[in-house]
Amino acid sequence: MNAIVISAVLGVVMMFCGVFTNSKTAVRTVAIIGLLGLVVSNVLDMGGYHFFEKVNVRGMLSFDIIGLLFNTIAFGSTWIYFLLSGRDMERVGVNLAEYFALIFFVLCGIAIVSSFNSLLMLFLGIEIISIPLYILTGSDKRNLKSNEAALKYFLMGSFSTGIMLMGITLIYGVKGSFDMEVIRQGTLNLTPMIAAGLLLLLFAMSFKVSAVPFHFWTPDAYDGAPTVFTSFMATIVKVAGFIAFIRLFEGCFGDVKGQWQLLAAIITAATLFIGNITAVFQQSVKRMLSYSSIAQAGFMLFALVAMNNMAKEGMIFYAAAYSLATIGIFAVLLKMKDYTFEGFNGLAKRQPVLAATNTVFLLSLAGIPATAGFWAKFYMLSAAVEDGNVLWLVIVGVLCAAISVYYYFRVIQAMYFKDGDPQEIETSRSFKGLLIVIAAVVILLGIFPHWLLNQLYSFFYL
Amino acid sequence: MIPVLLIVIPLVSGLLAFLIKQEKSAKVWALLTSLVTMVVTILGIAVLHKPEYLQTNVPWLPNLGSSFSVTMDGMSKLLCLLTGIAYPGILIATWNTSYKNAHQFFALMLLMQTGLMGVFVASDALLFYFFWELALIPAYFLCSIWGGERRIAVTFKFFIYTFVGSLLMLIGIIWVYFHTTDHSFAMSSFYKVNLPGNTQGWLFWLFFLAFAIKIPLFPFHTWQPDTYEQSPTAVTMVLSGIMVKMGVFGILRWLAPVLPVGLWGWGDTAATLCVVGMLYASFVAMQQDDLKRLIAYSSIAHMGLMGLAIFVTSAVGIQGVMVQMFNHGINIIGLWIVVELIERQFGTRKMSELGGLAQKAPSLSIMLVVVSLANVALPLTNAFIGEFMMFNGVFGSKSSNYHYIFTVVGGISIILSAIYTLNMIQKVLYGNTSSLTANARDIRFNEKFVLAVLLIGIVVMGVYPKPMIEATRHAVDAIYSKMFIKLP
Repeated sequence: MNAIVISAVLGVVMMFCGVFTNSKTAVRTVAIIGLLGLVVSNVLDMGGYHFFEKVNVRGMLSFDIIGLLFNTIAFGSTWIYFLLSGRDMERVGVNLAEYFALIFFVLCGIAIVSSFNSLLMLFLGIEIISIPLYILTGSDKRNLKSNEAALKYFLMGSFSTGIMLMGITLIYGVKGSFDMEVIRQGTLNLTPMIAAGLLLLLFAMSFKVSAVPFHFWTPDAYDGAPTVFTSFMATIVKVAGFIAFIRLFEGCFGDVKGQWQLLAAIITAATLFIGNITAVFQQSVKRMLSYSSIAQAGFMLFALVAMNNMAKEGMIFYAAAYSLATIGIFAVLLKMKDYTFEGFNGLAKRQPVLAATNTVFLLSLAGIPATAGFWAKFYMLSAAVEDGNVLWLVIVGVLCAAISVYYYFRVIQAMYFKDGDPQEIETSRSFKGLLIVIAAVVILLGIFPHWLLNQLYSFFYL
Repeated sequence: MIPVLLIVIPLVSGLLAFLIKQEKSAKVWALLTSLVTMVVTILGIAVLHKPEYLQTNVPWLPNLGSSFSVTMDGMSKLLCLLTGIAYPGILIATWNTSYKNAHQFFALMLLMQTGLMGVFVASDALLFYFFWELALIPAYFLCSIWGGERRIAVTFKFFIYTFVGSLLMLIGIIWVYFHTTDHSFAMSSFYKVNLPGNTQGWLFWLFFLAFAIKIPLFPFHTWQPDTYEQSPTAVTMVLSGIMVKMGVFGILRWLAPVLPVGLWGWGDTAATLCVVGMLYASFVAMQQDDLKRLIAYSSIAHMGLMGLAIFVTSAVGIQGVMVQMFNHGINIIGLWIVVELIERQFGTRKMSELGGLAQKAPSLSIMLVVVSLANVALPLTNAFIGEFMMFNGVFGSKSSNYHYIFTVVGGISIILSAIYTLNMIQKVLYGNTSSLTANARDIRFNEKFVLAVLLIGIVVMGVYPKPMIEATRHAVDAIYSKMFIKLP
């Protein structure tokens, strides 16, 4: 609860901040400090200090440890994102304070979807996340591509929201309640109405997390949006979609998993396959990263298919590993002027720190041991093996992971093994320092994954 | 304690080596620390026998049932010894080669040693997988940065090949893990798992592919000749001398005792692949003009024999494999050293452009002859005893239906290996000198030193192989008994 209230308040504060001051540094500082406060308040929530205990949510929200830990990861990643890329937001347009405000509203939506207990809340959360994102995508007003992306994203997004509403309606029609507990009880067979509702919800959520075949908006929206916002959309927002997805399907349809598991598995396999194959053919690193985000979504869908304890741990870990690595890569990408693979040629000579940290992030995305990404994939694969019904999916996943090495390593090859004339890049000392810290975190999590996962079982236990 | 040191010393010194900017001091640093590693290895094998020195078990991931547990048993000792001795040898032998950004080169070399040592001492499946992959990353960078002209594409092929294999193995490991009684990755728990026959059958392939790609067995060998050819020679030595042994080691440690029924079931199929590969590689080797490619194909043939001896499962054969793992490592590193010396001096590896070296560089020639003959397993050289035992095992195998055919075909490939090796000696050492070799000079002292040590080793182990057989007998018995506990 702490997070929902405070993030909404902070959003309003940021809006007014733009009225009172014109100094970009001041705005940025307020945002960074505010977000740090948000992180701390959420951590306190995990530790049992609830600031708003008196608020009666009438069972529509429930704050369990998975949701709260996920909030911490999402807010923490956003904080790192502010530190790394806050300066680059200034270059998008004049309304810096509003961008920060919109991001805080998105975070509020994230806090809702990680704790909803009622389909109404799910709908509300998803909308609170989506609407600010439409604006952020089109925030580069004079750029045609940005406009196109925003329009496309908006149309597709509202369409999928409509589908979701339809699904919720059908289920409400059968059960007479929005409450997930009520929906779950007595649902041992998929009657036609519930099955239709389930299908519509499955499609709508697949839209939101850009699973194949509902992914067509993703590359265009990610490519057209200002890069600094793509970084946010492709990481924190996307992972939040998964948390909602899994919470919804576990809460409502967990007992009838056997009847929709195969469908989910097929979507997963298609996502892995299309995402990875298409990423191979990209010439621009930014576009490659958007397809890679689809491919990684395929791995996160393993959690939906398996839906056991290991899958949940894996989801949490995936959220952290994927967000950290991708934010890091985008932060480096933002400094480049040429987004093609050739633009990275010879970067290692000019900017050894950027190249080395970027390599760590790419290795993590590829899932090489001793990086966080390895455990993310390990948990997902383990969850699916433990489930036992979808071994074919595990094999597909593994082969796709091998394909992903191809396009991630192309960047490494460009940076280290090819000679080129890289552009002059201006980076500050603190930027490099921060990148090193993130890379160190990625490696440490890769060696001691339980530092993060044990938080699920006890507060601040290493 | 000792196994931990074997991992930590190269790791720390490798990381520190990134900070040393001067080429000379980086070289010295790498040599010194690898010497320290060697001393520690020898200490662990010869002096500190007590189990508490050779075992460490620290909890690592208690939730998953995985611990940082390392042990040195007979087989580990042998391969750690190989790694420990080979590194200083390689560094001294390639002392005069200069690299750009030398500190990074040596740092990555040492990090690769960490991975290798880790693989050989790990007694936890997850830890094993961890090091298995970690050994690969430095190799990837080493080959891609300092390799030959086609290095990027070739190394990439190598990386993707091995990565696919390792991931399949990871699935296998996870599967077995969920069927251990105590949900643990520990080797002892893995050995206790008794899976039904058909499950073992398909699990066998998950593991087998990973190891077959690493060894490499036909038809998964296509990365190997290219990678050996394009890598800087020091790296090729590590790859062919030590890293491919990871595959054989993996089969003996993680495949045979965990999934013996699968191994018996598919043994003949796998053995057929080995035999076909031996023959195929020998024929291709006869066509090569490039020395590096010739040795690469010859290595495929010899590794195929080791695979064969394992897959027909006989105690003598497996004992032979263990002995041969060590000796093949020594011999092939010796061969690479000679090739490196030739290439550095004449700028070519083509046999057609060489000739008449025997008159100009007698020491080099003697070395080449001895290591080449060791490579074809001539009696009195170290490889003889291993290959003899392996053939003995294959011939007398009780679990294979085709052991006679395997023996005959394997024997043919050994004859072929004698043909191409002697042909190589003839072309390089005898005949008329070419324009390149007319002004050849003999080798330097450090090179002579390494080669002389190798030479003495080759002969001593060829004449008196008893200690090595004694040392590994225990390990063979252990593997063998583990396999037969699970008789269906």
